[in-house]
Amino acid sequence: MTQTKFELKMGGATRAAFGKALVELGRENSNVVVCDADLSKSTNTAGFAKEFPERFFSCGIAEANMVAIGAGLASAGKVAFVSSFSCFVLNKGFEQLRVTAAYPQVPIKVVGTHSGISIGEDGPSQMSIEDIALACSLPGFAVIDPADEVSMKSLVKSAAALPGSVFIRAGRANAPVIYGAEHTFEIGKAIGLTAGNDLTIIAHGLLVAEALRTSMALGAEGVGVRVIDMHTIKPLDEAAIAKAARETGAILVAEEHLVDGGLGVRVAQSVTKSHPCLMDYVGIQNTYAESGSPEAVLDKYGLVARDVTAAARRLLARKRG
Amino acid sequence: MATLTQPQSAEQLAAVCKTIRRHIINMVGAAKSGHPGGSLSAVELLVSLYFGGQLKHDPKNPEWKDRDRFILSKGHACPVLYAVMAEAGYCPVDKLNTLRQLGSIYQGHPDRRFLPSLEASTGSLGQGLSVALGMGFAARLDKSPSRAYVVLGDGEIQEGQIWEAAMFGAYHKLDNVCAIVDYNKIQLDGWVKDIMGLEPLGDKWRAFGWHVVEFDGHDLAKVDAAFNEARNTKGKPTCLLAHTVKGKGVSFMENNPKWHGVAPNADEIAAALKELA
Ligand SMILES: Cc1ncc(C[n+]2csc(CCOP(=O)(O)OP(=O)(O)O)c2C)c(N)n1
Repeated sequence: MTQTKFELKMGGATRAAFGKALVELGRENSNVVVCDADLSKSTNTAGFAKEFPERFFSCGIAEANMVAIGAGLASAGKVAFVSSFSCFVLNKGFEQLRVTAAYPQVPIKVVGTHSGISIGEDGPSQMSIEDIALACSLPGFAVIDPADEVSMKSLVKSAAALPGSVFIRAGRANAPVIYGAEHTFEIGKAIGLTAGNDLTIIAHGLLVAEALRTSMALGAEGVGVRVIDMHTIKPLDEAAIAKAARETGAILVAEEHLVDGGLGVRVAQSVTKSHPCLMDYVGIQNTYAESGSPEAVLDKYGLVARDVTAAARRLLARKRG
Repeated sequence: MATLTQPQSAEQLAAVCKTIRRHIINMVGAAKSGHPGGSLSAVELLVSLYFGGQLKHDPKNPEWKDRDRFILSKGHACPVLYAVMAEAGYCPVDKLNTLRQLGSIYQGHPDRRFLPSLEASTGSLGQGLSVALGMGFAARLDKSPSRAYVVLGDGEIQEGQIWEAAMFGAYHKLDNVCAIVDYNKIQLDGWVKDIMGLEPLGDKWRAFGWHVVEFDGHDLAKVDAAFNEARNTKGKPTCLLAHTVKGKGVSFMENNPKWHGVAPNADEIAAALKELA
């Protein structure tokens, strides 16, 4: 079901929705356990810790150890969530994710908050711009980046029920509301948000809202832009991509991640197998960002609707020849 | 203020500490975010290094090959480092209040791309000791008198890499490296003892082969003596366990985990500055 108008009212942060989902999961299933590495107030696992102290493991500032402890808990049959800032849990815990979870096929649920550059003031050491690339390189992992609170809450629940491993990416900043409370989500199933046959924009996370702004702006000029929320980056909804390639002939991918190794490359790989088409990419270009307000940083590093719209216009021009 | 890199009298050093604390409050206040608690706890440690004659450095020649190296491994406490470096003459005092703004040399965590006189870009905890040991090894190879100092957080040393580095430093007898633990007993989520206690901490470092000195990290004379002891200890690296108070100098911030990563509002800034007048 597509729409043409999105209000994009500011909602809460996806990390807050993660925290709420965890508490509900804790109530529904006594097998759910949570590990955190001295960031429970920031990741929002603190709510779970308060209600289920005996099922919460505060691992100290020791992310690699935390990941392997989570794998141990999961091996013993627990539904084990491990959480920290995305950059720390993935970069510091990567070898452990590989060898104690992915390789032996132990299903671990990894939630990295404060992803992307929209954390703002803390700067690059706490920003995560390579997490999608890393997580996608773990065989068997599902990789999910929800765009708003409603989709986050639902997808965290689905992730807990999934038999395999999952990486979920959450943001620090408040995210615009895209979905109504009753909307349903399925891991691996992309969501077409707007209809249009001139161009497709595929986005995940915070950039879904920016893509919608572009779609509305170009729509006012009579250009039909199809926006797809690719909340699941792996496994990829290749049918939705092939259909968009066939029907619109041009795909722009927008993401708060390095263009290297992000969703863009994965979509490109997919269309080369199905229906090669014109493509372009909005993302972070071969650099680390810097400190600043989230708005200023997103603006400087080219991740706002203005940048998506400009890239869309360039792609449309190429399509017209 | 003139640059103060020569050894100072006790009164002068105490006055510098107050100045640095005021900068920290003003910077974090202006930025409306940042980490006051762990910046305030490390003031005497950095002032003794940069102004008390402990660190051999020259703000006019930051690339001097034989300079001592300083790394703030707990990079979130960068307000104290920026304030000290600015007062020492490395960078402008009047820009301190641009902390955390887009393009500022005073980034949210130490970033060498913006401030090249920093010895390391830090912010991801657990890595500074290893880098300091690498610097110490390079000095040994170059027959340089250069020493490396690294300030670690007590929460930070929960990272496994710290203990890999500790083993390395003792095994290689890197006595030109000095680790300083800002032992303020508080980390992000709360008290260290309630998250993952470290005691007996001195015994841990000793078991790893380090010379250990424990002292009150806010007593400038004791801090000075500890750095002297570290320099005079040969054949093994030294770990200074500086017992400190998170938020030191601002009564309502002291020993309160809340002030790890929260900026004071206008009223709180005024109250803090009054205490630091
Ligand atoms: C690897 C890593 N994990 C987590 C964090 C987030 N973090 C920033 S400060 C902090 C607490 C640090 O506590 P401590 O080392 O005791 O510093 P202090 O209390 O002196 O400020 C945490 C967990 C980080 N910066 N790096």
